[in-house]
Amino acid sequence: MGLTSTTSVLERFASEVGDYGPVCCVGGRTQWDVGGPVSSGTREVTAPAGVVAHEPAEMILRVRAGTRLEDLSAVVGEGGQRVALEGAADATVGGVISVGRSGVRRLGWGPLRDAVLEVTAVSSRGELIRTGAPLVKNVTGFDLCRLLTGSLGTLAFVAEVVLRCLPLPEVERWYVAEGADPFEVYRKLYRPLSILWDGRRTWVGLAGFEVDVEEQARGTLGEMFSLVDGPPSLPGPGRRSLAPASLRSLPSVVADAGAWLAEVGVGVVHCDSPAGDRLRCEDGPSQSVVELHRRIKENFDPAGRLNPGRQVITGAFS
Amino acid sequence: MTDPLVADLRRVLGNAAVRTDAIELALYGRDASLISGQAGVVCFPSNAEELVGVVRACAAHGRPFVPRGSGTGLAGGATPAGDVPPVVIVTTKMNRILEVDEEQRVAWVEPGVLNLDLSREVAHLGLHFAPDPSSQQSCSIGGNVANNSGGPHCLLYGVTNAHILAIEVVLPDGSVAMLGGIDPEPDGLDLRGAFVGSEGTMGIATRIAVRLTPLPPSVETLLADFATMHEAAAAVTGVIAGGIVPAALEMMDRNIAEAVEAFVHGGFPVDAAALLLVEVDGLAGGAAEQARRVEKVLRENGARSVQIAGSDEQRALWWKGRKSAFGAIARIAPNYYLHDCVVPRSRLVEVLEQVSEIAAGQELVLGNVFHAGDGNLHPLIIFDKRVPGTLDRVHEAGRQIIEVCVAAGGTLSGEHGIGLEKRDHMGLVFSAADLEAQLWLRDAFDPSGLCNPEKVLPRGGSRCGDVASLPAGAWV
Repeated sequence: MGLTSTTSVLERFASEVGDYGPVCCVGGRTQWDVGGPVSSGTREVTAPAGVVAHEPAEMILRVRAGTRLEDLSAVVGEGGQRVALEGAADATVGGVISVGRSGVRRLGWGPLRDAVLEVTAVSSRGELIRTGAPLVKNVTGFDLCRLLTGSLGTLAFVAEVVLRCLPLPEVERWYVAEGADPFEVYRKLYRPLSILWDGRRTWVGLAGFEVDVEEQARGTLGEMFSLVDGPPSLPGPGRRSLAPASLRSLPSVVADAGAWLAEVGVGVVHCDSPAGDRLRCEDGPSQSVVELHRRIKENFDPAGRLNPGRQVITGAFS
Repeated sequence: MTDPLVADLRRVLGNAAVRTDAIELALYGRDASLISGQAGVVCFPSNAEELVGVVRACAAHGRPFVPRGSGTGLAGGATPAGDVPPVVIVTTKMNRILEVDEEQRVAWVEPGVLNLDLSREVAHLGLHFAPDPSSQQSCSIGGNVANNSGGPHCLLYGVTNAHILAIEVVLPDGSVAMLGGIDPEPDGLDLRGAFVGSEGTMGIATRIAVRLTPLPPSVETLLADFATMHEAAAAVTGVIAGGIVPAALEMMDRNIAEAVEAFVHGGFPVDAAALLLVEVDGLAGGAAEQARRVEKVLRENGARSVQIAGSDEQRALWWKGRKSAFGAIARIAPNYYLHDCVVPRSRLVEVLEQVSEIAAGQELVLGNVFHAGDGNLHPLIIFDKRVPGTLDRVHEAGRQIIEVCVAAGGTLSGEHGIGLEKRDHMGLVFSAADLEAQLWLRDAFDPSGLCNPEKVLPRGGSRCGDVASLPAGAWV
């Protein structure tokens, strides 16, 4: 199977989006609240689904945006690989990329955006536009892949993507300890998969060769940590983005504000909504950044028809 | 009479940092590519405030300007172009490492900091800046950001974009914006990601926050030689298909090996058709296991010998050879033209054979030294431009090489960018609608079209493309 897509499927999707009237693209609705609700009366469309090709020797996967993560993982896993997309089983590839949020393995896997090599999307004119290439290294032209990742479908609707795959590790193991200093753990470990902290307990994910995982578990983590099945469930739905070092003062900031779980070394904090509201530490984007957002939206979607109502930045899109 | 813009620039920078004499205008009329243009004025701001002042002066006078780092770019990205000779804004004097945050593994740097200088500066902390172009001794981090430059170790660690957290930029209208942030999910669109690799067409970086990566505790470096290029390429595919992602996987052909060995005396076999330099790293156990598996794959695919570096000195010498290849070929001929295309790894052999035929057809000497693990080819045409007609044959070979790479499912550039050199080939890989979408992004940053005009997007897809022309002698 080649990596050339069956464009007729994508052309049908483009035709469905069309070039007139407000329209929103719906995936698994697992992160539907991010960026606010779509304006009422907006017509809904759904991206095509299906894995087009997985080429393990090229470490790439071509998949249509409507494909569920669960289905994706099964296909890639059979080839002994994985992709850096995490989310609910019902979440779709296009939805996860459009929201742009990485999962709890970001410390090891890197951000979601770095896994997106090529995007074919439907523009506000109802035309297919492609950016990137099905290659792991490419600087040909401007990087619309990263622009579209996390754009909440406000600039174009993702129709099909090529993702970078990486080999499944020999082992992935999770450990937990009560009272361990997660920042000291971060300092000592070499390229851990994840370090999660709720103020009391520290979870550590290690992945790679068994010999390395064993050595780090016994030598660096020590007897304080015990093996568990996997990462803890996330409190939610709050989510805040903080400078990694600022997590040190988190317990005092959120002492009375409910459950939270911080990604040490990354800076994402998962929390109950009330706690999340108290975790803002930045002033918001500057006027020049807001103006850039306004101009980009104006150029990509002058009539404001794509996912109307959803906001990637407060006040930028009217 | 003094140009009013020059007078304004001198008010911002002082006389010494604004150059208008013919020799310097000529010197800054080109980068490391074969393309030359004409600079109108050359400016050397020393800090962010001065840089902002220069851009505001250019904007006020409606004068195009071209950002330039160390000038090591190979696609004419820093070549001044257009009917009105642009102001060349050189960032080499903005070369301070402003802050190193060990706990967050972040360094704030000015754009003129040299790539290797940063890694040297933070080595005592057990950290480094992972992107390592072969020109890392001389290329600047601002230039790396502009071109999203790669390097051998991008195979495992990712390209420059993966290592840039935030960029403070002066936009073409003179306003200042912070793109991205130290936190992982700043509000809004990933403008940081869009700016990286924009080749200086969307503004100029004033400060850059880069991610620092821990130095690996253990490194194993292997050097294998093969009797045929086919076997070496098969070994590349075999390593990746075997579930191993080396830190680096580089290939050199016989012409390059001979030149490099004569230059560094690193023990490179010079009678082989191809050499593979493979590096794996990590914790000691895993690195050793990877080295064992890589050696097995290399031998299974016909490696005549596999050496493993027994010391840091041996490893350093091999890498010196690899990274000195472009200089070493000066022993063969005075000029070279370096290509930068990417093809699927599975098509390496077939494309290399076609590239070889193209060079033979144009009666040119060819060397290949490239990032095989990424499928990032660097056919190196070695020639003497003083021989009449040679340059025409070089350009024709270059055009044909692009075509065979694209036909094999590849693309135009893996790390050097499009610049002036390849912009008129963009239509080979993108439709008119694709290119227009890229223009939407560029125009949002630079509605006036003053910032590095004529670059990346082909004429007709660029706002100012219809009013400017390429410099004489430019090849596109």
